[in-house]
Amino acid sequence: MQRSKNDVWVGMFVIIGAVAILFLALQSANLLSLNFQSTYNVSAKFDNVGGLKPKAAVRSGGVVVGRVESMTFDDKTFQARVTLALESRYAFPKDSSLKILTSGLLGEQYIGIEAGAAETNLVAGDVIGATQSAVVLENLISQFLFSKAADGATTPAPEKK
Amino acid sequence: MTWYKPADVGFATRSKLADLGYAARLFMRLLTSIVPTFRRFGLVRDQLHFLGNYSLAIIAISGLFVGFVFGLQGYYTLQRYGSSEALGLLVTLSLVRELGPVVTALLFAGRAGTSLTAEIGLMKAGEQISVMEMMAVDPIQRVLAPRFWAGVVAMPLLAAVFSAMGVIGGWVVGVLMIGVDSGSFWSQIQGGVDVWQDVGNGVIKSVVFGLTVTFIAVYQGFEAQATPEGVASATTRTVVVASLAVLGLDFILTAMMFTI
Repeated sequence: MQRSKNDVWVGMFVIIGAVAILFLALQSANLLSLNFQSTYNVSAKFDNVGGLKPKAAVRSGGVVVGRVESMTFDDKTFQARVTLALESRYAFPKDSSLKILTSGLLGEQYIGIEAGAAETNLVAGDVIGATQSAVVLENLISQFLFSKAADGATTPAPEKK
Repeated sequence: MTWYKPADVGFATRSKLADLGYAARLFMRLLTSIVPTFRRFGLVRDQLHFLGNYSLAIIAISGLFVGFVFGLQGYYTLQRYGSSEALGLLVTLSLVRELGPVVTALLFAGRAGTSLTAEIGLMKAGEQISVMEMMAVDPIQRVLAPRFWAGVVAMPLLAAVFSAMGVIGGWVVGVLMIGVDSGSFWSQIQGGVDVWQDVGNGVIKSVVFGLTVTFIAVYQGFEAQATPEGVASATTRTVVVASLAVLGLDFILTAMMFTI
């Protein structure tokens, strides 16, 4: 087969096609998150972040309005400090509250943000005060067992003859 | 070539792109040669015997041993969570979806790919290709196309043999030697393996890998330097490039097929 002078262009075309396929494959598998929205950063302190991971969603009313940027530990107050990147097109009032929720019963965890009633909005660098930590399953179970034991102690034991 | 001189870098980039373009055109030429090639089925049949039958031993025995290892490793991991009955499902899904096509492609590149490259390279070194061109016989049609299509046909069959032997190996170790329940071994497979999703996607993967590996082997042979060193370096290049291409394509195909 003869070498043609259009070979370079065919080679470039093949490379473009390969990059396009790679892009489609990664997008369809949700492994690539190309976010072109501008965001503003807000931070909050939690007692327990549970299973929250960076890049977890921040949802309000079920719709994703931002992502968790980073999580660090504050050893002055012994709380976890979470930085959220909220999309600039959504403005939340200054007294909005954050909760760590689980999608499904044992699914991955996300942050739910509920709008408050203040008139001024959050700006970049604000700290959100009203937070509710994650529900830890072991604490729930031990609470349940403890309350069961307390109920059992108050009913009188049957008499033996 | 010096890496810091812009002229050399530009020349190297252009020549790599030209090689890629030439390879792409050869690939299209081979793909469009399917009808004339299968009209002369004798050539394809001989190559199928050479590529398929002679690879059967290594593929089947490797599959058996991979199945043995899977049975052992799978059992000891699953029984920590009390799910040792799912051994059949674990072995079959891993083989049919991933290991069957990929390991078969790697073994095929090593065994059949290198022999293809060496054969075509030596034909080029012995000037048989130029003689064919002088006799107005198209070497691509006569030499490359039958080998290419024989490889494409052989790969899915070999991958299926690998997967089947792997399941049998897993059965031998799991049921006969360790004592996993035989009924649940096979019924978990029937319940959990979907013919179109799992087996079908595995077959599609092995066809794509067959196209890739055979084309790389045939192309490297055709473009080898007509010297002994040239043939040797073309042979090693076949294995390296084909293995990397198979693993890269596997990632892309898995991302498209098995994630939601």
